[in-house]
Amino acid sequence: MSFTTPDMAPATPELFLLAAACAVLVADVYVPQRLRMLTYHLAQFSLVIAAGLCLALLPETPQVTFNGTFVADAMGALLKVFILLATYFAFFYSKIYLRDRGLFKGEYFVLGLFAVLGMMVLVSAGSLLTVYLGLELLSLSLYAMVAMNRTSITASEAAMKYFVLGALASGVLLYGMSMIYGATGTLDLAAIRGHVAGLDGRNMVLILGLVFVIVGIAFKLGAVPFHMWVPDVYEGAPTSVTLFIGSAPKIAAFGMLMRLLVDGLPGLHGDWTGMLIILSVLSMGVGNIIAIAQTNLKRMLAYSTIAHVGFLFLGIIAGSEAGYSASMFYIIVYAFMSMGGFAMIVVLGGAESEADRIVDFKGLNDRNPWYAFLMLILMLSMAGVPPFLGFWAKWSVLREVVASGMTWLAVVAVIFSIIGLFYYLRVIRMMYFEKVEQPAPLSVGADMRIMVSANALAILALGVYPSGLLALCVSALAG
Amino acid sequence: MQELPFLSLVIWTPILGGVWILLASGARNAPSSRSIALLVSLVTFALSLPLWSQFETGTHAMQFQEKSLWIDAFAIYYHLGVDGISMPLIILTTFTTVLVVLAGWEVIQYKPDQYMAAFLVLEGLMIGAFSALDAMLFYVFWEALLIPMFLIIGVWGGPQRIYATVKFFLYTFFGSVFMLVALIYLYRQAGTFSILAMHDLPIGLHAQVLIFFAFLVAFAVKVPMWPVHTWLPDAHVEAPTGGSVILAAVMLKLGAYGFLRFSLPITPDASHALDWLMIALSLIAIVYIGFVALVQPDMKKLIAYSSIAHMGFATLGFFIAFRIMAAGDLDGAILGVEGGIVQLVSHGFISGALFLCVGVMYDRMHSRMIADYGGVVNRMPVFAAFMMLFALANSGLPGTSGFVGEFMVILSSFKTNFWIAFLAATTLVLGAAYSLWMYKRVIYGSVANEQVAALDDIGMRETFVLGALAAAVLLLGVWPAPLLEVMGATVEHLLAQMTTSKL
Repeated sequence: MSFTTPDMAPATPELFLLAAACAVLVADVYVPQRLRMLTYHLAQFSLVIAAGLCLALLPETPQVTFNGTFVADAMGALLKVFILLATYFAFFYSKIYLRDRGLFKGEYFVLGLFAVLGMMVLVSAGSLLTVYLGLELLSLSLYAMVAMNRTSITASEAAMKYFVLGALASGVLLYGMSMIYGATGTLDLAAIRGHVAGLDGRNMVLILGLVFVIVGIAFKLGAVPFHMWVPDVYEGAPTSVTLFIGSAPKIAAFGMLMRLLVDGLPGLHGDWTGMLIILSVLSMGVGNIIAIAQTNLKRMLAYSTIAHVGFLFLGIIAGSEAGYSASMFYIIVYAFMSMGGFAMIVVLGGAESEADRIVDFKGLNDRNPWYAFLMLILMLSMAGVPPFLGFWAKWSVLREVVASGMTWLAVVAVIFSIIGLFYYLRVIRMMYFEKVEQPAPLSVGADMRIMVSANALAILALGVYPSGLLALCVSALAG
Repeated sequence: MQELPFLSLVIWTPILGGVWILLASGARNAPSSRSIALLVSLVTFALSLPLWSQFETGTHAMQFQEKSLWIDAFAIYYHLGVDGISMPLIILTTFTTVLVVLAGWEVIQYKPDQYMAAFLVLEGLMIGAFSALDAMLFYVFWEALLIPMFLIIGVWGGPQRIYATVKFFLYTFFGSVFMLVALIYLYRQAGTFSILAMHDLPIGLHAQVLIFFAFLVAFAVKVPMWPVHTWLPDAHVEAPTGGSVILAAVMLKLGAYGFLRFSLPITPDASHALDWLMIALSLIAIVYIGFVALVQPDMKKLIAYSSIAHMGFATLGFFIAFRIMAAGDLDGAILGVEGGIVQLVSHGFISGALFLCVGVMYDRMHSRMIADYGGVVNRMPVFAAFMMLFALANSGLPGTSGFVGEFMVILSSFKTNFWIAFLAATTLVLGAAYSLWMYKRVIYGSVANEQVAALDDIGMRETFVLGALAAAVLLLGVWPAPLLEVMGATVEHLLAQMTTSKL
C-alpha cells in the first residue's frame, strides 16, 4: 500500500477551524484578563470564516477524500453552515450569561470551537472511524463545558452523569460498529453499503451491529428509552451550555444518523425503520407527557427535546429523499427554536439568580411585553401552531409519513402534539394571564435585545414565508 | 376584472393595523390605540363593501380571485377567492369588528393597545380563513386565529378565564390536527392543495368516511355540536364582552363554513351515508341544549347554550338536504341549505347583540347572574327596548332575522320527515321560553336592589352599537332577498356537488 498525499481541499473548513481553535487557545494564554473579550471575538470570527469557506467550497458533486473517510457533499455543507450559525448565536448568548456570572473564561470558547470541529467531522464522516472520531471530539468538549462552573454542585453532577452515560453510549456504538466491521470486513461506509446490497438473506451479526449502532444514536439524540441523561444534564448545566448542547450538536447528531443509516446501511432499511418507529412513538409519548409535570423550564425544554427527537425520526422512517430533507428541515428549525427558548432564560436571569423556573416568567407581559411576545412565538412554534416556523417543520415530516402510507403514525404524532401543546401553553399563561404584585422592569443590553429579537422574529418571518429554507433542505438532499 | 386585490386588503389591513397599534403604543404623542383601532376597523369595513357591491350574483364561480405561489417546494399557493357563501360571512366579520372595537372603548382599561391589536389581527385571520382557496392557507389561518382569541379570553376574561381559555385552545387544536392529516392525505391523492381541485377528486367510500370524520372532529368542535360543545359555555362566560361577541358571531360560523366548503363537496357520499348522524346530533343540539339553556342562572351561559341550539339549525339545514334530494325535491333541498346559511348570518347579529346587552349590564353591575337583576326597565328604558327586540329575535319572531332561517329549515324538514320537523320546531317554544323568561326576570318586575336602582341608561356609544345591530336584525328579517340572491347560484352548485357521487 503506497501512501499518497490526500486531497486536502474538500476539508478546508475543518482544517481552518482546527488551526483557528489552536490559535485562539494560544492567544488566550497571552491575553490579560481585562482583554479577555478578544478570545470571544476571535472565536466568533473563526466561525464566520469557516461558514464562509463552507459556502465558497460548496461541492457540485460529492467529493471523497482521505481514503474514503471524509465526504464533502451538499448535505454536509448545509448542515455545517447551520451548525456554525447556531454556534455563533450560542456563543453570543454565552458571552452575556458568562459575563454576568463571572464565569467568562477563554477555555469556554476554545472547547466550543473543538466541539464544532467534532460536529463538522461527524457530518462529513465517510467511515465508521470518522464517525467515532468526530463524535468523541464533540462529546469530550461538551463534558468539559458542562463542568465549567466548578463551584456549582448541580453542574458537577450533571457533568459526571453526562460523562458516564455518554461514555457508555460511545462504548455501545463502538461495539455495534465492530460487529458491522466483522460482518462486512470494512469500515468504509460506501463499501459497507455495497456489501450489504450484495447480501442475500439476513446476516444476524449485521443486524445485531445495527441494533447497537441505533442504541448509540438514540443515546446521543436522547430518544426514549435512552433519554435519562437529558433532563438532568439540561437542568444542571449552566444555561449557556444547555443552550449550546440543545442546538448545534442536535444538527450534528442528525448528520450522524444520516451517514450511518441512510448512507451506510440503506440495505437494512426495513430493519431500522421498525426500530425507529418504536423509538419515535416512545419519545413523543414519554417526552410530551412527562414535560407536563415539570416546574423547571430547562427540564421542561429537555423533555420537549425528547419529544422533538421523536418527530425528527418520522421523516427518516418515511424513508424517502423528501422525508430525509423534511427531517433535516425539522432539526435545523428545532435547533433555532430551542436556542431562542434558552436565550429567554438568559434574558430573564440576573447576575445572581437563574430564571429557570416556569414561575419566573410570571407577569412577563407586564414587565416587558416585547419579550413576552418573543417567548410566545417560540413556545407556539415549538408546539407547532401556524403561522410559526415550527408548524412547517411538523407539517413537512407528517406529510412524508402520510406519503409513505403510514397515516396511523401521523395520527399518533398529532395526538401527542396536542398533549405537547398543553405545557407550552402553560408558559404563555404564566406570562400573560398571571399577574405579579410589582412588575420589575427587565434590564437587557441592546446587543442581547437585538439577537434574541432576531432569533424569534426569524421564526415568525420564516413561518410566514418558509419557501426558501424548505427549498434549501430539499436541494441539499436531491441527487 | 377589478383592479384592487380587495381580499388581500381586507385581510392585511387589520393585521397591519394591529401591528401599528402595538408599535405605536410605546411611542410618545401617539394617537390612542382606541382611535387607531376604530379607524382601521372602519377602513376594513369600507374595503369589504365592494365585495358585496361588485359581486356577480348569477355565478357560482369564485370571485375576486388572487393566486400566487407561496411555498413552491410543496405547491402551496396564496390563493384567495369568495363565493356566495363566504362573502356574506366576511362582511359579517368586518361589521362585527367595528362594533366590538366600540364596545371595548371604555371598559378595557388594562392594556387597551394589546386588546385592540388582538381583535384586529383576529379579524384579518378570520377573513383569511373564509377566503382561502388553498387548503394549507386555510389551515394556517384557521389555526393562527386561535392565538389572539386565546389571549383575549385569558388576559381580559373573568375569574375562571385561564381554565376556560386553555380548554378552548386544546379543544379546537384537537379538532384541527385531524383535519391536517386528512388534508395531507387529500394532497397525496389530488397532487395539489387547491380546495376546488379537491372538490372534483374521486375518493373511495372507505377513505371518504375517514376523511369525513377527520373533518367532522375539526368542524364539530368549532360549531360546536353536541357532545363536543362543552368548551363553548366556559369560553363565553369567561371571555370579555368583545370576545364573546366575536366568538359567537364569527368564529362559530367558521365551523359551519367548514362543512360547506370541505365536508359536503369533498366527501358527498360519506356525508350522505352519515347524514342520519349529523341530523341526530343537530336535533340533540336543538332540543336537549335548548332545555339546558332554560335552567341556566347565568345570562352569558344561557346565551351560549342558545347559540349551540341555533347552530344546530344550521347544520340540520345542511345535512337534511340529502334526504330531501333523495325524494327528488331540489327546491326543498335548496331551501334547507339556504336556511342554514341565513341562520348563520342572523345568529351572528342576534347572539352578538345579546352578548353586548349582557356586557352593557355587566359593565354597570359586574354580575352576569339573572338573580342579581330585576326591574332594569325602570332605570334603563331605552336599553330594555333594544334587548326586547333581540330576545324576541332570538326566539324567532317573524319580522326579525331569527325567524327567516329557522322557518326555512323547518319548512324544508317537513318535506322529508314530520318528526324531524316536529323536533326542530320545538325550538320555537324552547327559544321563546328561555329568551323571554330570562328577559322577564332581568328587565321586568320591581327594582330588585339598590344597585339596579343606581343604573344609568345606555349612552350614545352603546346606543349606536345596539342600534346598528337592531337595524341589521330587522332588515334581514323583513327583506332577506338580497342575501338569498347572493348565495343562490353557489348553493345550487353546492347541491349539484353533493348529489354527484365521487366513488
